[in-house]
Amino acid sequence: MAESLYGPVPETFPRWLLRHARERGGQPAMREKDLGIWQSWTWQQVADEVRALACGLIELGFQRGQNLAVVGDNRPRMYMMMTAVQCLGGVPLPLYQDAVADELLFVLLDAEVRFLFVEDQEQVDKVLEILPQLPALRHLFYDDARGMRHYTQAFIHDVRELLAMGRLHNANHPDLLDSEIERGVGDDVSVMLYTSGTTGRPKGVRLTHHAFISAARGGAEFDRLTADEEILSYLPMAWVGDHLFSFAQALVTGFTINCPESAETVMTDMREIGPTYYFAPPRVFENLLTQVMIRMEDASAIKQKMFHFFMAVARRCGAEILDGRPVPLGDRLLYAMGNWLVYGPLKNVLGMSRIRVAYTAGAAIGPDLFRFYRSIGINLKQLYGQTETCAYVCLQPDGQIKFDSVGKPAPGVEVRIADNGEILVKGPMLLQEYYKRPEATAEALDADGYFMTGDAGLFDDDGHLKIIDRAKDVGKLANGAMYAPNYIENKLKFFPYIKEAVVFGAGRERVCAFINIDLGAVGNWAERRGLAYSGYTDLAGKTEVQGLIQECLEKVNHELLAEGALADSQIHRFLILHKELDPDDDELTRTRKVRRNFVAEKYAVLIEALYSDRRSQFIETAVKFEDGRQGKVAADLAILEAKSFAVSGRATR
Amino acid sequence: MSRQIGEVILDLKNVSLSFGGVKALTDISFDVHEHEIRAIIGPNGAGKSSMLNVINGVYRPQQGEIVLRGTRFSRMNPYKAAQAGISRTFQNIALFKGMSVLDNIMTGRNLKIRSNLLQQAFWWGPARREELAHRAKVEEVIDFLEIQHIRKTPVGRLPYGLQKRVDLGRALAMEPSILLLDEPMAGMNVEEKQDMCRFILDVNDQFGTTIVLIEHDMAVVMDISDRVVVLDYGKKIGDGVPEEVRTNPDVISAYLGASH
Repeated sequence: MAESLYGPVPETFPRWLLRHARERGGQPAMREKDLGIWQSWTWQQVADEVRALACGLIELGFQRGQNLAVVGDNRPRMYMMMTAVQCLGGVPLPLYQDAVADELLFVLLDAEVRFLFVEDQEQVDKVLEILPQLPALRHLFYDDARGMRHYTQAFIHDVRELLAMGRLHNANHPDLLDSEIERGVGDDVSVMLYTSGTTGRPKGVRLTHHAFISAARGGAEFDRLTADEEILSYLPMAWVGDHLFSFAQALVTGFTINCPESAETVMTDMREIGPTYYFAPPRVFENLLTQVMIRMEDASAIKQKMFHFFMAVARRCGAEILDGRPVPLGDRLLYAMGNWLVYGPLKNVLGMSRIRVAYTAGAAIGPDLFRFYRSIGINLKQLYGQTETCAYVCLQPDGQIKFDSVGKPAPGVEVRIADNGEILVKGPMLLQEYYKRPEATAEALDADGYFMTGDAGLFDDDGHLKIIDRAKDVGKLANGAMYAPNYIENKLKFFPYIKEAVVFGAGRERVCAFINIDLGAVGNWAERRGLAYSGYTDLAGKTEVQGLIQECLEKVNHELLAEGALADSQIHRFLILHKELDPDDDELTRTRKVRRNFVAEKYAVLIEALYSDRRSQFIETAVKFEDGRQGKVAADLAILEAKSFAVSGRATR
Repeated sequence: MSRQIGEVILDLKNVSLSFGGVKALTDISFDVHEHEIRAIIGPNGAGKSSMLNVINGVYRPQQGEIVLRGTRFSRMNPYKAAQAGISRTFQNIALFKGMSVLDNIMTGRNLKIRSNLLQQAFWWGPARREELAHRAKVEEVIDFLEIQHIRKTPVGRLPYGLQKRVDLGRALAMEPSILLLDEPMAGMNVEEKQDMCRFILDVNDQFGTTIVLIEHDMAVVMDISDRVVVLDYGKKIGDGVPEEVRTNPDVISAYLGASH
C-alpha cells in the first residue's frame, strides 16, 4: 500500500488535506445544512480554514503534543479543528456531546485539556459548571454564537475570533504552518478516543496517523470507495466509527461528508443527500424499519396487499439477486416489478436509493432486520472492530454475506483465536497505548503483539469470524452448561417489542431476565387494541403487555432449545422493568450497551425476587432527568413465568 | 446584562371596556418600557385577554387612550397595530392547520410583502427576489426556535407544545418591536415550559423585543418578568416588580380567594 494512484501516500492527515486541496481544490469536501440550505466547503476552503484555525492556535500558545477536546454535534468546523490540531502535532480529543458535566470532567482532567472547542451555549454552560475543577483549562472556543453575548469571561472566545487571529498570524508568518506540518510523521498520535467503558472508567486510546490511515485505506480499497462517495456524518464524533468514516476515510479518499441540520432532521437530510456510503448501528436500521411498518399499517388495503406480496418476493430472492447467485427467471421478473412498485419508492423514502455500501456494527443485528434491507437491494454488510483497532478487524466481502458472522479479516489484519476462545488481532491499525495507563496497555497486548479483544468467537468453515459474546461474560450455569448472556439478550432484542433485555444466570440453576419494552412499538400495539396508558411505567405494567412479552420469551426458549448447547439457558422467570434503562442513570454506556454489573447491583432486590417464589416485588428507583434534576419512580412489578421446553430426557421444571 | 430598559414605548391611560352591562376593564392605566418583559396576571375572568385585545385593537375601549411611541390612538385597529410593529400569539392557537410550518410562519411576513398577486403568481423578477428574502428571514426564525425538523409538516399534525412554538414563530416573522403573548405556556409540560421560557428570554435579549405576556404559571411570571400588572374583576390591583407584587396584600387575597 505504499503507492497510491497519485504517487506516494501522505503520512499524516494534514498532508492528505493539502494534497486534496491541490488536486481537487474546487470539489466539495464538506456540506452542512444551515437555514434550510446546503452550504458547501471545497477542499481549498477547508484547507484555508484549517490553516487559519491552526495559526490561531499557535498564536494562543498551543504546543506540540497537547490535547484539544472537541465537544458537539457533527459540524464542519469541528472536523476542521481536528485537522488543525493535527497540523501542529497536537492530539484532537472528540467527546460525546450528550455526556453530562461529570463525565466530561473525568476525561478533561485525565487528558489535561488546556484548549477546548465546543459547539454552543449548552456545552459552554456544561463546562462552566465544572470550571472550578479544571485549573488547567486556558481557552474555550465556541462555534455557534447564539445566546453567547453575555459570556464576558476572557478565556471564552468565538471561534471566528480565533480564525481572524489565525489569518493575521498566517499573513505575518506564511511558512510557519507548512514547516509545522512537515515536522509531523506517521507515528505521531493522530487522535485520542475514550472507550465507552462497559467496564470501569473510560480509557484514552491513542491511535497514530499511520494506524488510522492504514485502516481507512484498507477499507476504502476493500469496498472500492472513490472521491465521488457521499456520506452523512450524523453519528457521535467521539465514536471510532465516525472518526474512521467521516474523518479518516474522507481525507484518504477525498469524498464528501454531509452534516445534518440537527439531530432531529437526519431522516430528511438523508433523503436530500442520498448517501452512497452509509454507516449505522443496528438500532438505527431497526428504528427505520419500525417506522416503515407502523406507517404501512395505516396504509390502504391495496397498498398493504401490494407491499406484503412484493416483500414476500424480496424475502425469497432479493438477497440472492444482490449476491449475484442464480435465481429463476420468474422471480427475477417479479423482483424487477417489485423494485419499480415497492422497493424503489421505499428506498427513496429511506434516503437509501444511491447506497452502494452500507455497514452496521457495534451490536448484533437481527437476522430478519438484516435480510429485510438486503432483500430490497441495499448492500448492507457487517464489520467488526473496536476503538483500539480503528474499528477495522473484519469486513464482509460483497457477495459473501451471512447474518451471524462479521466477515473475513480485513486486508493487512491478522486474526487468531486463543485457547479460551478469545479473539486476538494484529496489524498496523492497533492502538499505540492507553493514555497514561501503561499497565492497561500491557494487559491489552500479549507477548506477540496481538491485541486481546475480550470477545469470544470462532471461525466457521468459510473462514468467517463469528462473535459469540464477551469472553469474560461467557459463563456457566450451576449444572455446568454454557451460558452466553449477550447472545440470549440479542435474541430477545430482535423482537420489535423488546428494547433492552438483561439476563442473569451465571452460576445459577436457571436463567431469568429483566425486560424493557419498546415504548414506540408496544405503544402502537396497545393503541390498536384500544388499551389506554399514561406512560412507560403504566404501559409496562399492563397484563396484556406482559402476555405479549411472555410470547416473545417463549419463542426464544424454543430457539434456544434447538441450539443444543444453549438449551439449558431457557428463560424461566422474568419481569418488565418500570423504567427504561438510561445512560443518564449509568445503566447504559453512552453507546447504549447495558452495564450488566451495575444493573445487577442496582436492582439486586429484583434479582432476588426472580429467584424466589414471589409473584411481585415493590421497587423505588432514583432517576436523573435530562436537565440534571433528580426524581423517583416507584412500582410494584409482577414477576412472570415463561414456558420453557424440556431438554430431551430431562425435566426442566 | 447588556439589555437596557428604555423609555416608555406603550402607555395605556384610563382604559375602560364594557360589553353591554358587563364591565371587562375599569379605568386601567399602566405603561410598558422599551425592551422590558411586562406580565399581566390575574384570576380567570380578570380581563387579561381583553387588555391584550385592547392593545392590538381587536376591542375598542369606550374610554381611555393608547399612546404608542408618543402617538395617541383613541381608535386602534389590528391593522394599525401590526403596522406599528405589534404582533401577537393566541391563547387557543390560531394557525392554519392544513398548511406547513414554513407556510404558516411565512404568513407572518404578509404585511411586508410588496409585490402584487400577479407578480407572485408568475414568481417573476422582483417578486422572486422578494420571496427569497422573506424565506431567508423565515428560516432564521425556524433556526431560532429549533423547529427545522418540522419545517414541512402540516401544523395540524404537530403536538400542542410545538404548535405554540410555531404560533410564536409566526409572530416573530413580523420582526415586531412589541410582542403580545397570550398564555404562551398554557397546557404545556415542565420541559416545554422551560423551552418556551428560554425562547421568550432569548427573543427579548437578542432582538430587544418588548414583550407583554399573560401567564397563569406564577413561578414563570416571577422568574422572567421585569414588571407585573395584576388585574382582578377588571380593575388593576397591583403593579410593580415581581417582589412587590408578591407581597401586595390585595394580590394575595385575590389569589387566595379571600372575600372582596
